[in-house]
Amino acid sequence: MKRIDYLANPTRFMRLAAVLTPWMGWATVLLAAVGLYLAFFVAPPDYQQGESVRIMYVHVPTSWMALFCYVSMAVAAATGLIWKHPVADLVAKCTAPVGAAFCFLALLTGSLWGKPMWGTYWVWDARLTSMLILLFLYLGYIALVNAFDDPARGAKASSILVLVGVVNVPIIKFSVDWWNTLHQPASVIKMGGPSIHPTMLWPLLLMALAFTTYYVWVLMVRVRGEIIANKIRVLRLKQVHG
Amino acid sequence: MKRKHKRLSFVLVALVLLAGAVGLMLVAFEEKIVFFYGPSDVLEKAPPADKRLRVGGLVEKGSIEKTAGSTVVAFRITDINATVPVTYDGILPDLFREGQGVVTEGYYRNGVFEADEVLAKHDENYMPPEVADALKKSGQWQHMKDQLEESGQIEKKKK
Repeated sequence: MKRIDYLANPTRFMRLAAVLTPWMGWATVLLAAVGLYLAFFVAPPDYQQGESVRIMYVHVPTSWMALFCYVSMAVAAATGLIWKHPVADLVAKCTAPVGAAFCFLALLTGSLWGKPMWGTYWVWDARLTSMLILLFLYLGYIALVNAFDDPARGAKASSILVLVGVVNVPIIKFSVDWWNTLHQPASVIKMGGPSIHPTMLWPLLLMALAFTTYYVWVLMVRVRGEIIANKIRVLRLKQVHG
Repeated sequence: MKRKHKRLSFVLVALVLLAGAVGLMLVAFEEKIVFFYGPSDVLEKAPPADKRLRVGGLVEKGSIEKTAGSTVVAFRITDINATVPVTYDGILPDLFREGQGVVTEGYYRNGVFEADEVLAKHDENYMPPEVADALKKSGQWQHMKDQLEESGQIEKKKK
């Protein structure tokens, strides 16, 4: 708990964010440049999918990030709810639009891949449906957290929503194992090691890393912005009352 | 107990109860969540002719019969244990071929599945073509049935 307590202080968080932001920004640019180059020019076409396999290098990392962001949001929401750490609520609030964007991209790229490969843009199988529910959870959270005049009340109500929605995360992950689905099972994170050739796995992991540093980067920028906005609000109130 | 400990245990208990409730719901709705049935299920349950359903499995080797001058095609879907003949009139997806996983949608009438939609199912193996060829040549290509079970194209042993 020491660590989180340390960051719960907005001033300390600001200091850490100021250091991390440029590093994460440059890491994102570098990793994405190398990752995209490998994905588009170096990685081989697939024996079945041909060139369409390259959609995977965006689809799979964005899907992972959609889940990762949601879990981060849930942890932050729980920390805000239980330990009343002010920065935790901000982290949850600032993660939501990033996660929603990842989730939307995962659905979009999956749909574009589905048309040539499966023969359809969309089916209501367990994986696709649970992923769509994740997008709705994100959108519901964003609507709810902004629906209150008092940010503290908004944070409380929306944190509960995030925690309720967290049951969807294992359902998404294991949907392809629990039920017959059109979506294929996991290729990378599964028992018995990845069933994806190393020449394709490495670009994929690089892209995943790039999206992760992108998330941290944007999160730092957004949370700093929120903290500064809060300070301005407090100053304005003081002016009015003084 | 301090207030934050109270809140922590409340959140944990609520999450466990919620997970339990959702778990029960998913088990209850299993039949509805399943995207397609295997040939064994179809033969076993003999669904009524007016019930729309999906049947999935592998396209049996040597079973594809195309009708010249039209888009009518007949083939058989297999899960090794059982086989269902399928007829379809329409454009097939690129991945459609012998030994490929497919999901078809339509009606089961008089022992023939009349499909009006055919979707190709992709598996979780990603590799360059040269590697696939090399694997096939050296005889290390995964046994068809393992591959099927692995990718969920044939029903995993129930319960």
